[in-house]
Amino acid sequence: MDLDLDERTTAFRDEVRAWLAENVPKRPLASFDTAEGFEQHRRWEAKLADARLSVVSWPREYGGRDASLLEWVLFEEEYYAAGAPGRVGQNGIFMLAPTLFSHGTPEQRKRILPAMARGEQVWAQAWSEPEAGSDIAALRSTATRTDGGWLLSGQKVWSSRATYADRAFGLFRSDQDSERHRGLTYVMFDLRADGVRVRPIPQLDGEPGFAEIFLDEVFVPDADVIGEPGEGWRVAMTTANNERGLSLRSPGRFLAAADRLVRLWRETHGDTETALAARVADAWIQARAYQLYTFGTVTRLAEGGELGPESSVNKLFWSHLDVGLHETALELLGPDAELSGKTGWPEGWLFSLAGPIYGGTDQIQRNVVAERLLGLPRGQR
Amino acid sequence: MRFALSDEQRQFAESIDQLLSASDPAKANRAWAQGQHEPGMRIWQALAELGVQALIVPQQWGGIEATPVDLVVAFERLGYHAVPGPWVDTVAALPALLPEDHPLAERFLPGVASGETLASLVLRPHVPYALDADVAQARLLLDGAALRRFSPGQVLSSMDGSRRLFEPVPGAENEADTGADTGAGTVTAETEAAFDMGVLATAAQLLGAGQWLLDASVTYAKQRKQYGREIGQYQAIKHLLADVATELELARPLVHAAAIALGGDTAARDVSAAKVACARAAHLAARTGLQVHGAIGYTAEHDLGLRLTKVRALVSAWGTQAVHRTRVLRGMPEHGRVG
Ligand SMILES: Cc1cc2nc3c(=O)[nH]c(=O)nc-3n(C[C@H](O)[C@H](O)[C@H](O)COP(=O)(O)OP(=O)(O)OC[C@H]3O[C@@H](n4cnc5c(N)ncnc54)[C@H](O)[C@@H]3O)c2cc1C
Repeated sequence: MDLDLDERTTAFRDEVRAWLAENVPKRPLASFDTAEGFEQHRRWEAKLADARLSVVSWPREYGGRDASLLEWVLFEEEYYAAGAPGRVGQNGIFMLAPTLFSHGTPEQRKRILPAMARGEQVWAQAWSEPEAGSDIAALRSTATRTDGGWLLSGQKVWSSRATYADRAFGLFRSDQDSERHRGLTYVMFDLRADGVRVRPIPQLDGEPGFAEIFLDEVFVPDADVIGEPGEGWRVAMTTANNERGLSLRSPGRFLAAADRLVRLWRETHGDTETALAARVADAWIQARAYQLYTFGTVTRLAEGGELGPESSVNKLFWSHLDVGLHETALELLGPDAELSGKTGWPEGWLFSLAGPIYGGTDQIQRNVVAERLLGLPRGQR
Repeated sequence: MRFALSDEQRQFAESIDQLLSASDPAKANRAWAQGQHEPGMRIWQALAELGVQALIVPQQWGGIEATPVDLVVAFERLGYHAVPGPWVDTVAALPALLPEDHPLAERFLPGVASGETLASLVLRPHVPYALDADVAQARLLLDGAALRRFSPGQVLSSMDGSRRLFEPVPGAENEADTGADTGAGTVTAETEAAFDMGVLATAAQLLGAGQWLLDASVTYAKQRKQYGREIGQYQAIKHLLADVATELELARPLVHAAAIALGGDTAARDVSAAKVACARAAHLAARTGLQVHGAIGYTAEHDLGLRLTKVRALVSAWGTQAVHRTRVLRGMPEHGRVG
């Protein structure tokens, strides 16, 4: 058991570190939930892609560099430690791309992945519906067979980035008589196609970070169905738990935030305030624990293991860590805690509050851990 | 990087489990609390045959010089089964306290390795009372930089009955000791090492105890029925247990990383981080375990209580949460990236 990096990995890490030191924008980009910020972020994604740093774990032919899972985790550490911009393309890169790698056709991969890697096409995830949040199998939006493809109708909601994004992917009920997990089809569609209306929804900070999507007989060709029609649930689920399931939140972000918290504590309080010191220590310990836990997962996967319900353990852990860490920072800031646009912490706090909700709420994750990891009996839903 | 236990380490843990599952440590624990040491000592001997006590003793003194990772693997199992006795003092801290050429090394370490010698250590200020000093042959007290013998004074009662604590009476004569100071006046580096090793072993014990509490609670939640259903079907119960599982899962890698870090610059910070996290997780496991069990868990007959009181005792043993958080704060780096 060791934590030593081999030569190849060290070289990769050093290269990444040097490139980021040179290229990370000196002034933070505008929020990607504004029109201006979105375009700035697209350009940043293109720049990353030019250096082959946009999607390091992908195969070379799609713009990646075949980086190992460990290298990807270290890349993320470097990325966030350098203060690099958030990834506007993350839904596509971390959710659609793995789905295409497992279930897509070669044609789909070639058409979609390189443009995604360069930020030329930014994707939104259209899973949630007004009546289907935690219970995603309750979805009602439909896909109806037509010549050479399907007609999509219905309504999606809470779709991150959809306000400015180009395309979206989601599940639709293709067999009207089916129930729950059966008869669903996984489809990609154009957010600017005829019959699509996107209504931006402002989030707590006032910016349209997510949106509602109304679909009225929107045509999608067969080429934009992933996997077999009717098999959408399986397509969605096999990738939800695959190794990139880890990618929703790698430790890099939390480590960087913990570093900033430690710095803030040293600057503002030193060792005078014991009540807050304990919370700072705990935040740091948890960020470190998550990093090490991830190294354990990476080792297991590299040795042929699979990622199961542990991804729910991950999610539960980091969502709490993130909120706690930001709340501690706000305490340290005192009266400055409410000032936006100055320290970044209040904005970070608002964002951290969404962690226990999106991607499956904490309650749903606890159900998964209890039933699938601990083997407790399923109860009434 | 390979951050996972080896097959040998897993097998080692399994053989400890097999041995302990067959030897009723809970019963030994209760006897130990009454001052009846025989059943506990039989387990002590049996574990010595597996090599547990010899793990970090130098080969020169009959040990096997295994890694600290092996040591924490063993201590997690000792904590799981609630094995009584001064394990941390004897097996983890004493070998670290006595460098190979120390005059007391030859005197005590071969006996530690073979399972004949038990140790009881007092490391002021964080380990002020002497555990099981009545059965220990090696009784050493660190006062500043001076290492001295002591004899057991007044017995104190711990909330964990199997932790028999004594006031140390320094320098007093007794049969086994000559009573003099050891002459080894400067043991500062070793004191640090012994403390870190003790902290780490305690953290691993806590982790094991927490895991037992979780396992027992899950088993109980699948059997116990109320309102016509297993209580494990209720989300109120599920969610409590899921949180315990999460805390334990994330505490374990801190223990392994701290074992790797021993001897290096970050040792103090890393063992303290492990102790804080394991104590938190085990304490949550204990509180949750009691809640899930209801009144049966509150009885002295049920094994849950053995862990519940032991966990709380260990939370404050070898440094409180505040002590260890302070050590973590002192050692936090400028950045947490690897390398
Ligand atoms: C910032 C943000 C971004 C998002 N981005 C996207 C996106 O890009 N694409 C997308 O498709 N969706 C997105 N979502 C939606 C998100 O996935 C859902 O909000 C989430 O799945 C919960 O669904 P809901 O909001 O309908 O809440 P509900 O499902 O109505 O839940 C309400 C409450 O009830 C609890 N609850 C529900 N069912 C159970 C149960 N069985 N047991 C116990 N408790 C239960 C929940 O935990 C929650 O506390 C985003 C959400 C947020 C906040």
